[in-house]
Amino acid sequence: MTEMVFTHNLSKQFGELTAVDRLSLSIPAGEVFGVLGPNGAGKTTTIRMLSALIAPTSGQARIAGFTVGEQDRNIRKNVGILTESPGLYDRLSAERNLGFFAQLYEVEQVSAQVERYLRMLGLWERRHEAVGTFSKGMRQKLAIARALLHEPQVLFLDEPTSGLDPEAALLVREFVAELRQDGRAIIICTHNLDEADRLCDRIAVFKARLLALDTPAALRRQLYGRTVVFHLAQVEPRFAQAVQAKDFVQSAEVMDNKLVVTLDDPDVHNPALVRALVELGAEVRFVGEVRRTLEDVYLRLVRNDDE
Amino acid sequence: MKKIWILTRKEWAEVFKNRFVLFTVAFMPILFTILPLIILSQAAGEISAMGDVPPEFSAYCDSSSGGECAQSFILSQFLILFLIMPVMIPATIASYSIVGEKTTRTLEPLLATPITTGELLAGKALAAAIPATVATWGSYLLLLGGASILLESAAVIAVMVKPLWLLAIFGVAPLLSIAGVSVAVMISSRVNDPRIAEQISALVIMPIVLLMMGQAFGYVMLDQSILLWIALALLIGDAGLLYFATQFFQRETILTRWK
Repeated sequence: MTEMVFTHNLSKQFGELTAVDRLSLSIPAGEVFGVLGPNGAGKTTTIRMLSALIAPTSGQARIAGFTVGEQDRNIRKNVGILTESPGLYDRLSAERNLGFFAQLYEVEQVSAQVERYLRMLGLWERRHEAVGTFSKGMRQKLAIARALLHEPQVLFLDEPTSGLDPEAALLVREFVAELRQDGRAIIICTHNLDEADRLCDRIAVFKARLLALDTPAALRRQLYGRTVVFHLAQVEPRFAQAVQAKDFVQSAEVMDNKLVVTLDDPDVHNPALVRALVELGAEVRFVGEVRRTLEDVYLRLVRNDDE
Repeated sequence: MKKIWILTRKEWAEVFKNRFVLFTVAFMPILFTILPLIILSQAAGEISAMGDVPPEFSAYCDSSSGGECAQSFILSQFLILFLIMPVMIPATIASYSIVGEKTTRTLEPLLATPITTGELLAGKALAAAIPATVATWGSYLLLLGGASILLESAAVIAVMVKPLWLLAIFGVAPLLSIAGVSVAVMISSRVNDPRIAEQISALVIMPIVLLMMGQAFGYVMLDQSILLWIALALLIGDAGLLYFATQFFQRETILTRWK
C-alpha cells in the first residue's frame, strides 16, 4: 500500500522545550489515523510540521512522496488541513471563501468544485450568505470543505468535532467515514476518545513522544488483557483465590458480588474457569466480557508517562 | 502573479467591508480635497486686502497679485499634505489585512496553501498601495476640478499642473505608498493588535510632517529638484524596505508565537 506519511525521528524544539521528540511513524493511503494526547502534547506542532507550515528541528518526514523542508510547496498542494479554529473570512460569503482557496490551490474547475462540496455538506442554499452569520457547525463544515477542495491525498483534521452539537458532530464523523473510501490518508487529532475509537484504524497516543501506537482493540488488549465478569449467586474469597491460581489468569478480584477476572484468551479459557467455579460450589448465573474503553487505555498510558 | 491578484481581490472584498477601514480610507481624500478649496477661496480676498505680499509668500509669486501669491503658497502646503495620504491609507489597510488575519485565525489556512511568502506579501501590499494611490490621484483631480470652478485665477490653477505637482502626485505618491505598506507589513508581522500596528505605522508620516513644518517656517522650500531627490531616495528605500518586510515575515514565528 502507498505510504502517505512517513516520519523518522522527527523532532521539534522551541528553545528549551521539546514539543515533539523523535517521532517515527508510517501511515498508508486509505487509513484513518488518530492522534491522541493531552493539551500541549505536540499534536498541533506535528500537524504543522507534516503540512510544511513549520520546519522540523531534526529528523525526516515525507508526505505523499515529497520531503518536508525540500518540497514544501508540493506538500501543501497535496495536503488538506482543518485547523483548530475554522479560520474563515467572516465578511465573505461561503462561496467566496471556498472560491478564494480553490484558486490558491490551483483547482481547475473552481466553480464546479466549490458547488460540489457546498452541496455535499448541505451549505449550497446558503452559499451567498456571509460566513459570519453561520453557526459553529456550519463553519466547521465549510472549513472541512475548504480542506478538501483540491482533493488532497493527505488530510489533517485538528479537532474536527470540537464544540459541535451531537447532530453536527455525527454528520462530520459520517463524512470522515465516507472520505476513507477515497483512499486518502486521514490524520485526526482529537480529545474525543469515543470518536477516535469509532473512526480510526490505528491510534497513536502522544505526549511529545510516541507512548503507544496500534489499533484501538490491540491497545486495549496490550494494556488490560481481556476482562471477564462472572455473576455468581454468592461470591466467596476462595473462588477468587482458586481462579487466581490458574496460570492463564492475570488477576481475579471480587467486586459487588461479581468475580472480575483478567485473562489472556477468554474464548479458550472461560469453560475451564466455569468448570472450576462449579466444582468449588459456585452457582454461575451469567458470564460477560468487560469492554475497556479507549479512555481507560489513554488515561493509563498518559498517567504512566506522568509517573 | 495570478495568485497575487487573487489575494489582492480577496483583500479588497474583505477589508472594504470593515467600516472602520472604509471610513479611514475615504475620510482623508475627502478632507484633503474639500479643505484646500475652502481655504483657497477664503484666503484670496483676505490677503489681497492686506496690500503688500508677505515676504514668505514672495517665492511663490509668479504674478503680482497678493491673493494669487497666497493661494500658490497655500497650495504648496497642501501638496505636502497630499503626500501624507499615500502613506496613511496603506498603513491602515495593511495593518488590518495582516494583523486581521492573525486575530481571525485565517492566517494558518492561508499559509497552508501553496502560496509563497513573496506572493502573499505582494498581494497584501498591492491591496493596500493601489487604493491609496488611486485615492491620491482621485483627490488631486477633484481638487484640480474644484479649483477650476471656484478660483478665478488661471495662474493659481496653473500651479497645480506644474511638473512639481505632477511629479509629486504621479511619481512620489506611489513610492510613498509602497514605503507605507512595507513599514506596515513589518510592524504587523510583530504585533497582534491592528490598531497598534496602524498607530506605529503612522509614524512613517513624520518626515513628511517635518518637511511641511520646514516649509511653513521658511527653512526649506519644496521644489522640483528636492522632490526628484526624494523620489530617488524613496526608490532605493522602497527596495530595501520591501526586502526587510519579506525577511520580517517569518511564517513559523507568526504561527507559533501569537495567541
